[in-house]
Amino acid sequence: MNFLSAIDLGTIEWSRAQFALTAIYHWLFVPLTLGLAVVMAVMETKYYLTKDDFWKRTAMFWQRLFGVNFAMGVATGIILEFEFGTNWSNYSWFVGDIFGAPLAIEGIVAFFMESTFVAVMFFGWKKVSPGFHLAATWLTGLGATLSAWWILVANAWMQYPVGCEFNPDTMRNEMVSFADVALSPFAIDKFCHTVISAWIIGGVFTVAVSCWYLLKKREEKMALASVKIGAIVGLIASIGAAATGHHSAQRVAEVQPMKLAAMEALYNGGESQSLTVISLLNPFTQPDYEKGEEAPLKIAVPYGLSILATNSLGGYVPGVNDILNGYTRPNGIRELSADEKIERGQLAIQALADYRAAKKDGADKAQLNALLDKLKVNMPYFGYGYIRDKSELVPPIPINFYAFRVMVGVGCLLILFFMVVLFFCYKRDISRPAWLQKTAIVMVPLAYLASECGWLVAEFGRQPWTIQDMLPTVASVSNVNSGSVVITFFIFLALFTTMLAVEINIMLKQISKGA
Amino acid sequence: MGKGFLTNVFRLYYDGFRNMTLGRTLWIIILVKLFVIFVVLKVFFFPNHIKENSTAGEEDEYVAGEMIKRGIDH
Repeated sequence: MNFLSAIDLGTIEWSRAQFALTAIYHWLFVPLTLGLAVVMAVMETKYYLTKDDFWKRTAMFWQRLFGVNFAMGVATGIILEFEFGTNWSNYSWFVGDIFGAPLAIEGIVAFFMESTFVAVMFFGWKKVSPGFHLAATWLTGLGATLSAWWILVANAWMQYPVGCEFNPDTMRNEMVSFADVALSPFAIDKFCHTVISAWIIGGVFTVAVSCWYLLKKREEKMALASVKIGAIVGLIASIGAAATGHHSAQRVAEVQPMKLAAMEALYNGGESQSLTVISLLNPFTQPDYEKGEEAPLKIAVPYGLSILATNSLGGYVPGVNDILNGYTRPNGIRELSADEKIERGQLAIQALADYRAAKKDGADKAQLNALLDKLKVNMPYFGYGYIRDKSELVPPIPINFYAFRVMVGVGCLLILFFMVVLFFCYKRDISRPAWLQKTAIVMVPLAYLASECGWLVAEFGRQPWTIQDMLPTVASVSNVNSGSVVITFFIFLALFTTMLAVEINIMLKQISKGA
Repeated sequence: MGKGFLTNVFRLYYDGFRNMTLGRTLWIIILVKLFVIFVVLKVFFFPNHIKENSTAGEEDEYVAGEMIKRGIDH
């Protein structure tokens, strides 16, 4: 019997679509919360240092916008956990304690830090000293950032599972090193890149709102002061995102080479690889990578990809075909071919089945240990046992290719944008050029697009895995009817659209009101 | 921890909530949202699939059955 006859294929696709919808929606609020936290804290610091009431009013205005976004974003992430339990129950059980610890810490941190300090920040202006209030404002931002840390630790573990051991008796992964999970290099890179890129959203939003006031000739003093702070935060963050992005790419090259190959549409790799700036890759179909034909009109930076991935002009970068057929890393380690990994994965699943059956039958310890050894030695390839065709191991190349270019392209544009804004702030008059003020407003959706594209690269790039090499989506999904997933998908779509419309409406009203 | 401290904390929240303007609207939205998420969605649309399909204490049997079947049968 084929397992596909037991599992509705639509369940996998709709469950993925639903998770993507929820995560994308959730990510509309998180970066603005993290970014505005920095902006409002800087403004309140100016008030604390100067004792000028103007800065107090300015800080309070941005805190109000922070509050609107914070309130609308509260609990949108919890829906993702519901989806784990219903649509991704095998995965949810399989990850076991690994997710439990970071998510529990996140919950505690979010609840205690944020609820305490947010209350002091909003209710405490006349109740606590300026120093204490300032500390509460910074700690509100720190609390949100720490929450993000634990969520990103959980996500990073799925991309690079470390610090755990699979227990075949409980069918769960058990944490053997909290430090390895919490301080995984992948998690650190992901945290730095994600949080810094969120600050860009805060910077762009601040600049855009300020420029809107300048266009309307309102709140000019506050707008002129805010635009400088927004642009400084934005420029520092944009440059930081580029640096951390480079580091993240190196980590991806090391532990998820297929993702990098998909991002680059690199079919046959090698040394001294160039970095594609753009090419006319068909966005609608998976390319015929086996033929190895490059997309037309390719513009590339010589050696660029080798530098990005290895920090060396001559660095070796494997392509899709190299990874599928097996290759030797520069350090001499041979990477198995997809066929070899699939075979090892099937051995692991069979060993698991035999072990559990033998244990039920009361087999002796020696027999059980032999089966456990067989499972352990093949466990690194466990997930490959679910792969029917090696083409399933190749993520959707066009989405990765274009999402990566949108992210990097808009990121570079933002660096230029913030530099131009600061030039006009300090060397010209930012209150005059309407073209720049209008551009600032257009940059808000562009920055969000880049931010969401970053997640598209991270998540589409690791397909077919929910946990890299350990568990593919076909094994993770629950045996549920796709119809119920379709219904909840459209419920979410309606709910999220309504909530977004409500937030934008309240936000615009608050901006329109002014300080 | 003195009584004065607790009173101050109580006053902070009490006065804060009483004097809210925009915050009142936001709290209504938060409460409606939490109701929809936890009461409507969780209860009616997002049951715990494993709990519904296995007996307590034998969840691993269900998961093992599903995962081994999908791996070996294809």
